[in-house]
Amino acid sequence: MIAFLIRRLFQAAIVMFVISLLSFSIQDNLGDPLRELVGQSVSEEQRQELRDQLGLNDPFFTQYLRFAGKALQGDLGTSYFFKEPALQVILKKLPATLELVFGATLIIILLSVPIGVYSAIKPHSLFSKAVMGLSIVGISIPVFLTAIMAIYLFSVELNWLPSFGRGVTEHVFGYWDTGFFNMDGLLHLLLPCVSLASIMLPLFVRLIRAEMMEVLESEYIKFAWAKGLAPTRIWFLHALKNTMLPVITVGGVQIGTMVAYTILTETVFQWPGMGFLFLEAVNRVDTPLIVAYLIVVGAIFVVTNTIVDMIYGLVNPTVRLTRSKA
Amino acid sequence: MSFLRVNNLEVTFELRSGGVQALSDVSFSLERGERLGIVGESGAGKSVAAFAILNLLSRPGRITAGEVMFEGQDLAKLTPKQMRTIRGNRIAMIFQDPMMTLNPVLTVGQQMVECLQAHRQISQKDACTIAIRKLRQVQIPSPETRMDQYPHELSGGMRQRIIIAIALLMDPVLIIADEPTTALDVTIQAEIMDLLLDLCESNNVGLILITHDLGVVSQVTEKAIVMYAGRIIEIGPTKEIINDAQHPYTQGLIKALPQQTLPGHRLNQIPGSMPSLQGIPAGCAFNPRCDFVMDICKQTLPEFTASGGCSVACHMVKVMKDQARQED
Repeated sequence: MIAFLIRRLFQAAIVMFVISLLSFSIQDNLGDPLRELVGQSVSEEQRQELRDQLGLNDPFFTQYLRFAGKALQGDLGTSYFFKEPALQVILKKLPATLELVFGATLIIILLSVPIGVYSAIKPHSLFSKAVMGLSIVGISIPVFLTAIMAIYLFSVELNWLPSFGRGVTEHVFGYWDTGFFNMDGLLHLLLPCVSLASIMLPLFVRLIRAEMMEVLESEYIKFAWAKGLAPTRIWFLHALKNTMLPVITVGGVQIGTMVAYTILTETVFQWPGMGFLFLEAVNRVDTPLIVAYLIVVGAIFVVTNTIVDMIYGLVNPTVRLTRSKA
Repeated sequence: MSFLRVNNLEVTFELRSGGVQALSDVSFSLERGERLGIVGESGAGKSVAAFAILNLLSRPGRITAGEVMFEGQDLAKLTPKQMRTIRGNRIAMIFQDPMMTLNPVLTVGQQMVECLQAHRQISQKDACTIAIRKLRQVQIPSPETRMDQYPHELSGGMRQRIIIAIALLMDPVLIIADEPTTALDVTIQAEIMDLLLDLCESNNVGLILITHDLGVVSQVTEKAIVMYAGRIIEIGPTKEIINDAQHPYTQGLIKALPQQTLPGHRLNQIPGSMPSLQGIPAGCAFNPRCDFVMDICKQTLPEFTASGGCSVACHMVKVMKDQARQED
């Protein structure tokens, strides 16, 4: 396990290096930060002086090395707009985004597994056919449209659910603001989470169904029937465990992608998270914030994929992380 | 009364283009402890017959006529729940490819214990004890360690031994083995076959051995069935079939054995290939490939003619028997 983690850490370092290089290199292409930083009245000479002070005139690699050196100490630059460390600004918004992704993931897992398994066991039932049809529709509708339609239906017409914001949140662990522990927070989470889940859920239903149908045709499942086992044991232990192997791998990547999708969802629901912040930063050409966001999201990708690989190793005995061959 | 009696069994696969009969009019019987071989080319319906006995046909196949009488009940008419008390308990099955038969994500122990627990009230500990005893019976070294291992940690021969051990767990009265040695190395094939045979003999377990290897059938079984295009064409004591085959197809199979040819010469073969189930010719299904084909072979299905201890479905054999009778 330790060997695996060390190897993984090394890979993560390379990935993070590439991500930081890429995100940093776009900095010069996002317009002049000076225009945002100072007002109209500042003279050209003063601007040049400020450029020199900020190091904006140095060669690219000098700038990057300076940036990387600071980044290793946890300093991703200072936001031009907030006049605060960029990382701090982002981390303040992180809980809101993570709760959104967590809620959506929960919805996806709780729905896709039973629906996918059922429609694989009974592929000719009316329910399965309806699921297959609806999932195509679900995949085809973009998140922002789902979100707007959901707001129109449940907030405007029916007036059941709030249409924006996080509602009441509680402060836990001295840092985290959560909406999970009170009714108002949960109600505010519902629509955004459902919208975010709407694009991934059909994908996972179809994936689980296809994998499960293939597994059900395999020899070891036939052998399980020949042993006289109960159908529930065959479906939910023998078949499901094998079905989940590829699903877990895809799931890891998709959770990362979902963090990216939050930009859309958070914008529609005015959700005070990282994605919303990112879009604002783009509008304000707040380059340190943009770069910091890209790096944080990259780190989330790396971390989730590492965790997923570890879970995969626990489920799949042919991948043993603990026993490395000497 | 026979211990297993299959009567006029018919299996149909309902396809979109219409029903295809994979098994037609198959009848045979087996006594307790008797060993029966079913031979034929790929697609002859051997495996379908085996799966039909346990009512394990995969969709869209199903039994459309006939009965499978086993210990006084018709297996074809049992509910799924009743059928589960037979499978793995009274009748066990051994599959062809040991690399594919064990579930890759469960340990050997889990896959053995669950079978015992499916059929009787038994504690985890007692089930383990029985499982280890059975592993020892199939000559697996250090069975306690094997219990915690996953299939991928074991060789093909070892896995097939474990599968045999699983088949023996509930002390069944009949084992159906579908090409149990085909996927193994030649050196291990004989070992596994001997083991299976020993265990069947010492426990008085009946065996239905499905294979395309006539050599194995002649060594192992007392009774043999030759199948062609979903029908039985010759059935009788193995010795008679091997030494004095009546049906031209069976004769062809025996001539095709490598032992029947001098070294350096081409192997004998039956020209042509078996028809697909959707295009079975009228009359005798073998007629396009038969050296002795007559007009009647292309029109009517041959009935069984007794010849010694065998029954043969062939017009030519019938004609010859009739002539012999008239000359008497």
